[in-house]
Amino acid sequence: MSDLSPEAVKHHVKVYVRVFVALAILTMITVTVSYLHLTIAAAVLVALLIATLKSSLVAGFFMHLISEKKIIFAILALAFLLFLTVLLIPVLSHP
Amino acid sequence: MIRYISKPHPITGVTNSKLGVWCFLASEVMLFGGLFSAFLMLRIGADSWPHGWELLNVPLATMNTLFLITSSVTMVMAWASLALKDIKKYRLYMAATILLGIGFLIVKGFEYAHKFEGHHFPSTNNFYAIYFTLTGLHGLHVLGGVLVNTYFLFPGSGLWKKDPDQFMGRVEAAGLYWHFVDLVWIFLFPVLYLL
Repeated sequence: MSDLSPEAVKHHVKVYVRVFVALAILTMITVTVSYLHLTIAAAVLVALLIATLKSSLVAGFFMHLISEKKIIFAILALAFLLFLTVLLIPVLSHP
Repeated sequence: MIRYISKPHPITGVTNSKLGVWCFLASEVMLFGGLFSAFLMLRIGADSWPHGWELLNVPLATMNTLFLITSSVTMVMAWASLALKDIKKYRLYMAATILLGIGFLIVKGFEYAHKFEGHHFPSTNNFYAIYFTLTGLHGLHVLGGVLVNTYFLFPGSGLWKKDPDQFMGRVEAAGLYWHFVDLVWIFLFPVLYLL
């Protein structure tokens, strides 16, 4: 985050609180859905969708990725690509 | 001496310390990525796999999830307090972050103790093997974060008077690590406990 003026920081603090409330609500939703005992495909889809949404909120706002420099994205893009590769190995190698 | 630790490097636009932490976090993505891949391999290859909620304590893990997301917001508030030049609030938020991290570890300790009492060990089956590996490694990361944050709450905070920009950079770097640890748990929780 480049703008560290008191006004900008106070505005960000309000955003942090909203993100926190959203994270708490999403946690409760994912736990509640797990008690419905959906089919495994539906359960995986819902759980991963909510986890992705929560992690995007943490990375975007708490880690300030929404206003980060290009070089950080370049590092993360490479890591994410390799991460997907290692995840695909078991999926593709399964007969 | 490492240069550009308080001011951004003219080429990258970020401080070298921030760049270093992000490179470290990228390597952490691969560390946990490899283990998630191992989990998938075991899960897909198994004839039957237990539901996490049948074997593990979901309410306790939910409480731990709330501990970690709360600690993430207190961590970022600690950093924001420094940006507002309020060192007292910084100390308050940092202490809350540390306590929540310790709370997480205590709850995890109870969970582990309960499992050991029931004679469930990493060697019991593949589910417990990957459960203990993933949560154990994550727990070690939480412990590391608690130690670093404690350093920045007490002896490390002396830097605030000498070089506030550098101290803010250090707290931001510690925060990035702490949020990453929260981020890993955000995936571990549903994958291990809820599916």
